[in-house]
Amino acid sequence: MISSDDSDPPAPASGGSAGSVSLAVMVNGTRYPLTLDPRCTLLDVLREQLDLTGTKKGCDHGQCGACTILVDGRRVLACLTLAVMKDGANITTIEGLAKDGVLHPLQQAFIEHDAFQCGYCTPGQICSAVGLIAEGRAQTADEIRESMSGNICRCGAYPNIVAAIQQAMGLP
Amino acid sequence: MYDFKYQKAASVADAAKVIGADGEAKLVAGGMTLIPTLKQRLAKPSALIDLGGIAELKGIRREGNAIVIGAMTKHVDVANSPEVKSAIPALAELASHIGDPAVRNRGTIGGSIANNDPAADYPSAVVALNATVITNKRKIAADDFFKALFETALGSDEIVTAVSFPIPEKAAYMKFPNPASRYAIVGTFVAKTGGNVRVGVTGAGPCVFRWKEAEAALGKSWNGDALKNLSVKADGLNSDIHASSEYRAHLIGVMARRAVAKAG
Repeated sequence: MISSDDSDPPAPASGGSAGSVSLAVMVNGTRYPLTLDPRCTLLDVLREQLDLTGTKKGCDHGQCGACTILVDGRRVLACLTLAVMKDGANITTIEGLAKDGVLHPLQQAFIEHDAFQCGYCTPGQICSAVGLIAEGRAQTADEIRESMSGNICRCGAYPNIVAAIQQAMGLP
Repeated sequence: MYDFKYQKAASVADAAKVIGADGEAKLVAGGMTLIPTLKQRLAKPSALIDLGGIAELKGIRREGNAIVIGAMTKHVDVANSPEVKSAIPALAELASHIGDPAVRNRGTIGGSIANNDPAADYPSAVVALNATVITNKRKIAADDFFKALFETALGSDEIVTAVSFPIPEKAAYMKFPNPASRYAIVGTFVAKTGGNVRVGVTGAGPCVFRWKEAEAALGKSWNGDALKNLSVKADGLNSDIHASSEYRAHLIGVMARRAVAKAG
């Protein structure tokens, strides 16, 4: 495992320099053609270039889960994804979950169970929980906890997060 | 990150040609180790050669008495594979506990073994199941593949294409995970294949190793009690804030006994 306090600034968005790569990604149903420095992470592209700031930068090292998004339906960490490796991918972020002004059942359940305090980890928690439900493996509270182990909540709202996920899954 | 060029390889031959010609170029599979390493500026490759588009490296198939897993097969797909679950459930179980779901959705078996992290899970299974690592050039026996800390037998233009796991009679993996990362503080994989017992230990030392005294004891009697009077020396084992070398030495025995009990 790697850990360090050194922060690495976002790679500059490239407008066609020698090493830049052209690609396109689908984000929340909209297609975005991009020309990028290969160092750009999907997290920085979402936040800095597409203005989709719902996905949060926590540790930026793959340890906290705040940047969890769905790529082709599977939960992944946007901070550990080079955008150039996801040409053609179908991406869903927290901004893409509500439909026609109606919150996703997980978003509604997080509100009803007060499953956060500061809210910074919440977009990642909810996207991760969408992935968890789609995987269909976790059924019990213990399994939900284990399956959400990649998403840290510094405020310690874990019991309410598990309750919210159980509600969205239709578990008693 | 330092600057690098990016190239999506069209085939294994294509990727091998690039890394053969440029010693500073690096292959990227799932990127679950390499990308954090790049972000820390601990590596400065001239180019990243992405193996993600090569269909021949993906997939799981049964070949006679073995399960063959393509190098770019993700942990989640090994964990969920009906072939793996029915033939080597211990391997599916191991894959289902690597890191967390976001890691399992990206990380690959080829990337894991080529990196040879001392705390990675897969190397213990490769060693205990006496798997064969298949590359673009040759077949490498498990005992010859893992050399030292982050070091393998792979040559400079050699790429892992698949791993072939003989189907065991009994097998199980038990690990004492780091509570944050789920890396193995100690992980022990026990397997009985064709009457031979092998025990692979990860997390404990600088590189995966076999616990041969335990193999001999379990070969005589496949029972956790057979390990009761054995102990592993702490000399040379890893020691960090999570566990001293003495504690790791102790855990090897505990995990081995639990694994034997689990294997039944």
